[in-house]
Amino acid sequence: MLIAIAIMALGAVVLGAALGFASVKFKVDGDPLVDKIEAILPQTQCGQCGYPGCKPYAEAIAKGEADINLCPPGGAEGVGKLADLLGREAKPLDGVEKPPQVALIDENTCIGCTLCIQACPVDAIVGAAKQMHTIVESLCTGCELCLPPCPVECITMEPIQETVDTWKWKYPVVELKRVA
Amino acid sequence: MGLMQLFKFKGGVKPATNKAQSVTLPIAKAPLPSVVAVPLHQSIGGTPRPLVQVGDKVLKGQMIGEADGWISAAVHAPTSGTVREVGMYAAAHPSGLLTDCVVIEPDGEDRWIERQSVDYKTLTPEQVRELLRDMGVVGLGGAVFPSHAKTQASRSVPMEELVINGAECEPYITCDDLLMRERAAEVVKGIAIFRDLLQPKRVLIGIEDNKPEAAAAMAQAVQAAGEDFQVVSVPTLYPAGGAKQLIRVLTGKEVPANKRSTDMGVQCFNVATAYTAWRALGHGEPVISRLVTLTGNVAEPRNYEVLIGTPMDELLAIAGPKADTDGIIMGGPMMGFLVPEAKAPVVKATNCLIAHSPALFPPKAPEMPCIRCGSCAQVCPHELQPFEMYWFARAKNFGKTQEYNIFDCIECGCCSFVCPSRIPLVQYFRFAKSEIWARERDKKAADGAKTRFEFKQLRDEREKQEKAEKLAKAAAAQAAKKAAEAAAAEGGAPAEAAAAPAAQSPEEAAAAAKKAAIAAAMERAKAQRAQAQPQNTDDLAPAQQQEVADMDARRARLRDIAKTELVHPEAHPAEAAPAAPADDGQTPKN
Repeated sequence: MLIAIAIMALGAVVLGAALGFASVKFKVDGDPLVDKIEAILPQTQCGQCGYPGCKPYAEAIAKGEADINLCPPGGAEGVGKLADLLGREAKPLDGVEKPPQVALIDENTCIGCTLCIQACPVDAIVGAAKQMHTIVESLCTGCELCLPPCPVECITMEPIQETVDTWKWKYPVVELKRVA
Repeated sequence: MGLMQLFKFKGGVKPATNKAQSVTLPIAKAPLPSVVAVPLHQSIGGTPRPLVQVGDKVLKGQMIGEADGWISAAVHAPTSGTVREVGMYAAAHPSGLLTDCVVIEPDGEDRWIERQSVDYKTLTPEQVRELLRDMGVVGLGGAVFPSHAKTQASRSVPMEELVINGAECEPYITCDDLLMRERAAEVVKGIAIFRDLLQPKRVLIGIEDNKPEAAAAMAQAVQAAGEDFQVVSVPTLYPAGGAKQLIRVLTGKEVPANKRSTDMGVQCFNVATAYTAWRALGHGEPVISRLVTLTGNVAEPRNYEVLIGTPMDELLAIAGPKADTDGIIMGGPMMGFLVPEAKAPVVKATNCLIAHSPALFPPKAPEMPCIRCGSCAQVCPHELQPFEMYWFARAKNFGKTQEYNIFDCIECGCCSFVCPSRIPLVQYFRFAKSEIWARERDKKAADGAKTRFEFKQLRDEREKQEKAEKLAKAAAAQAAKKAAEAAAAEGGAPAEAAAAPAAQSPEEAAAAAKKAAIAAAMERAKAQRAQAQPQNTDDLAPAQQQEVADMDARRARLRDIAKTELVHPEAHPAEAAPAAPADDGQTPKN
């Protein structure tokens, strides 16, 4: 009897120690769910969701504070992916889905105030004080955050044109023709 | 043509070849078109940079686009004339979108640039590769991969076989057939170039057994040249002309998806590529034309030597398209596509133009549901499971299509050809592939944006912190100074304290501290000014230093003179007059 208790106690101690060691050794820093959510978000950093960037929004979703349909750049597809990941019901998007766009600075109007450079969350604008600014098209996420600070309203949003390199084959559809 | 063991690839189909129509007449030279539009991007890899501007006169064979990077190939003016436009022009692409082109108006003279034939055996392999790149030699079998980049053997695996692809398995197309029949000697010379670069043990020329004339011509040319190339007839089975299929048939080697063929000790070139390589080195002619089969719904199907950049509609008109022609297919009926814009130019990848008519290619009946019969899997030459890939592509479940190795699909069209439900399988696979590529592009862009955003945040944070630290430091220094001054004022006080009334001392101390603070501020400003002064005299050569010293000495002397003159204005009138302007003019203004 005593031996049995001793064995069980010993086992408990050993296993407890192993678990304790594992919890220290293999501790996961941060919430892995946040990273998974963030991977789905489009990283435009536009703040249209009401959070200052994609990561804060991902954190808010993970905590259950924010809804999953607040990201217009992610579109309905993004909402669907978030719903899949979180096991929630997909919802219609809260906002308007826009075609992909980039900002364009009218270089004749630009006065070189650097306000847009400071506003750009992804460092896609180059220029210096009293020098003309320009947008690096390939880096621009089309977040529109540079529009409000511009004192001379020289920035416009342009839809991204399809090129031979970015063109996609269309989904095959059956064309219906009137027979009679 | 000795006997050798051939291997089989799995699957394949036997569509009607329709080649007989276009082989009856010899190759003809297409007349000079009214305009040539040469797309800059005609090969896999970097887009060549344009070297010409609107209004420039160009000569036939002049380089108009310079290769951008190693995996890229130059493009050249196909004829002499004037550059009318460097910009967007219709592309030979299923999208119908525009692409960067150099549009040349021919002057009719067709005047060549100076051509130099080189003896490539006197050059190093690197020089030969560079020359091939600058001559725009790319794979003319359809993939247009820059050929020079394929002429490097793997470091670890010795080259065993060089496979030359003359199979030309796709229906209707006969340009390689005619090339081998009529220009076999030059093809063999081109093969020798690749052989010399790659140093393989064997050279195998694979030709489908429905082209006995071509095989005979090649065998004869090989013999005449005294080479030991083997001309091998391979069974006619579509797609035997796929690089991986032909390698399999001739060598028994299967090139895995994640490996290059050189890793297996084998490399493959098209016969037309070999021909252009010889023209480039042996005649100094860059790739400015190619053989194009004009066939289908035309009065006189035939092969033409066509300048790159020739508008397709203009070219097809030569063969006399019949009245009911309603489109142009570029490539063959299995892998080609309907050209959305008929004025699109012929490019290096254009091996065939088929006049399309509803009678020749009757519209397919609507697709029916997949019955999972497995016919597509039986004919797939890459041993894929098209019915599974179809299922997931249709459901837009792209991850699953990748699990079924959709990127190993060569889009040969065998599956669509045999499908009893007439499902356009290849279209689904193309759709899935381009969606996956787009997603990968988006993902890459998003990752980049995220990194930059995080860096910007980090930077903002750091700047804020640095500013706060600076302010704190300045405040502390100020406080310390004040304290020290107050202490000094108190220390020096006793002597005055005896004389002055005690009530005045705090006021005086405050005034002294204020004065000291002002003096300190001025000192700081001075120091700052000294630091801000341009120091362009810091690292100078001894000669320059000497010059500066001379100037300083001269200035000092003039100052002295000016001073003495102020005191005695009549002393040195002759010396003072030229001295003043000289000072103004020579003083370097920093």
